[in-house]
Amino acid sequence: MSRPGPQVAPPVTSPAPTTAAAGDGSPQPRPRPATGLAATNARRFLWLAWAVAALGVCCLLSIVVGTRNLSLGTIWDAFAHYTGTADQSIVRDLRVPRTLLALLVGGALGIAGAVIQGVTRNPLADTQVLAINAGAGLFVAVAIALFGLSGITAYVWFAFAGAAAAMVLVYALAAVGRGALTPVRLLLAGVALGAVLDGASAGIRLLRPRAFDSLRFWDVGALTGRGFDVISAVAPFIVAGLALALFVARSLNTVALGEDLARSLGANIARTRAAAVLSVTLLAGAATAAVGPIGFVGLMVPHVARWIVGPDQRWIFAFTLVGGPVLLLAADITGRLVLRPGELQAGIVTAFVGAPVLIWLVRRRNASAL
Amino acid sequence: MKRTGAAVDFGRRVLVLRAGRAASSRVGLRAAATCAVLLVAAVAVAVLALGSGEFTASPAEVLRALAGDGSRAVRLVVVEWRLPRVLLALLVGAAMGLAGAIFQALTRNPLGSPDVMGFSTGAYTGVLVCIVFVGRGYPQIATAAFIGGVVTAALVYLFARRGGVQGFRLIVVGIAVSAVLASLNQWFIIKVGLHTAITATVWSQGTLNGVGWDRVAPAAVTVGALGAALLALGPRLGLLELGDDAAAALGVRVEGIRLAYLGLGVALTAAATAVAGPISFVALAAPQLARRLARTAGIALAPSAAMGALLLITGDWVAQHAFAPTQLPVGVVTASLGGLYFVWLLLRQARRQP
Repeated sequence: MSRPGPQVAPPVTSPAPTTAAAGDGSPQPRPRPATGLAATNARRFLWLAWAVAALGVCCLLSIVVGTRNLSLGTIWDAFAHYTGTADQSIVRDLRVPRTLLALLVGGALGIAGAVIQGVTRNPLADTQVLAINAGAGLFVAVAIALFGLSGITAYVWFAFAGAAAAMVLVYALAAVGRGALTPVRLLLAGVALGAVLDGASAGIRLLRPRAFDSLRFWDVGALTGRGFDVISAVAPFIVAGLALALFVARSLNTVALGEDLARSLGANIARTRAAAVLSVTLLAGAATAAVGPIGFVGLMVPHVARWIVGPDQRWIFAFTLVGGPVLLLAADITGRLVLRPGELQAGIVTAFVGAPVLIWLVRRRNASAL
Repeated sequence: MKRTGAAVDFGRRVLVLRAGRAASSRVGLRAAATCAVLLVAAVAVAVLALGSGEFTASPAEVLRALAGDGSRAVRLVVVEWRLPRVLLALLVGAAMGLAGAIFQALTRNPLGSPDVMGFSTGAYTGVLVCIVFVGRGYPQIATAAFIGGVVTAALVYLFARRGGVQGFRLIVVGIAVSAVLASLNQWFIIKVGLHTAITATVWSQGTLNGVGWDRVAPAAVTVGALGAALLALGPRLGLLELGDDAAAALGVRVEGIRLAYLGLGVALTAAATAVAGPISFVALAAPQLARRLARTAGIALAPSAAMGALLLITGDWVAQHAFAPTQLPVGVVTASLGGLYFVWLLLRQARRQP
């Protein structure tokens, strides 16, 4: 197995003990039997093992495949007997950071999507659909174009501010007026706010041609050309966001029952929501700052996870944490293969794969039921 | 002559126009007054726009220049340089208002506008493909934009169809298809040079920068002809809004008439896009705002056109002068302001849903 593999393993297995403990200690009465391909925990572990294996394969491929394909021996030498040849430095300076970044960002986007879908009880929610990417994008554009900032450590804070502002605004817009906060209203508010934010972003880019030039490469959503500096800048925030998300996973199970029922069961809904919003802000803000707006990862992966393991958020989170990087790495590798020797950026590939999924979801009869 | 109309209560005050015994027409007083007020406002903004800029002229000077006298310098700036842009803003705005009204009436949905159906993004894709593979002449670009927009809108409509088109589904499918095209557009943008990229982006937002007299006459003839065709179809759009069965019972050949309106709506959108690019949200907002002001039962064409003209001339004036000396494309302004209206409209719609 390649080196990055073991680095992901600990967060993947960490939710498992809590799952087992909860399963043994308190037999919760379920409204319906757990739906999903895997009906028992043993089978879910088996699926999870397959997913981790797929992740390992993707990591390896991501290091091997490219404009210049490398042999496994070269990769081994790059770590074990580094002599500074061109191939070895490709491995150490380009392919490995790129793979690590995909692992981080894929996990962050996937979990952000899972948290939003859980807390809004909305299967169509996603950081892109709810305008959170657009908010982060607008603030980064402001930082680069109007304040002249450069370097990710400077503008990552703007990305956080933008993601948080967009999320709060969408929530406030959807909550305005009478009536309950339905998934449809939340989504519509996100769509409309996204239109406004994108318009403003375009305006700022056109006011400053120099910023336009650097931002057009950021806008496309690519994993290329980011080194260890970017990874080390966003990693703490993503890890913190992931920890927070895993912490609220259990509470989200209660939220899924509906607000009234959850409250009567003694859940602290306000605290759960606040933690969820903070976690999504950290995850989406950091991921967007690092690679630009990449859509649909957070939409698709939790759906596939739910399809396999059923409605328990803890299992969904565990699968999403593995599946997000798998999807992003697969998209990135595909992008390198289809246009050789050029490449198609990962954000473009995920859009091409994700949009049909979104259309299929909305064409199902009960699109807004979770 | 006897006033036969007095026996019928239309629920609003109407004006009956008669030309002999052959032709007569009823016009809602409030709708007519709304049209008049909107047009006066649009002309007032136009006069302001003609007089403002690096070379300023008072409204009186502008009016004198338009009438043919006044100093030569004022006439040169006002009539030769600024007037075509202002006229085109009015024309394109009216065309977009009409197109939006037609689409919203046909889909019986306030969201049934070219913007929501991905027309703008598709038009942009068409333009980029044209610039990269064909060339950058004005006729090619206008044609490519039109083809891209229409194909995209048709795709979105087809994907969203499933036993009738729901507004919500239309929006989400529109997002999905637009997302694919937007990522494709972004890829083109990083492939071409910076200058081309900026030109294409400006165009994609919808802009009236740099239009001259050469585009006024074709646009005026096209929009005028299409408007006349709409007039000739008479009040049938309102009948279609009642539903197919009711319209057929009232003597409308539903399929043929619908096709005719669809063709006119597409042609108006095409004319507007060819002049100014895909300016977003005017077609969405104008008919609804006009309907609320005129308090008509359905979508009304004339007030929508007047509203569209007012919105676009105002938006263009803001875009020109808000960040002077940089001129923004007018589409940036309409996207930001129209987007806020979109927020309000969506929330209003969603509130009605259970």
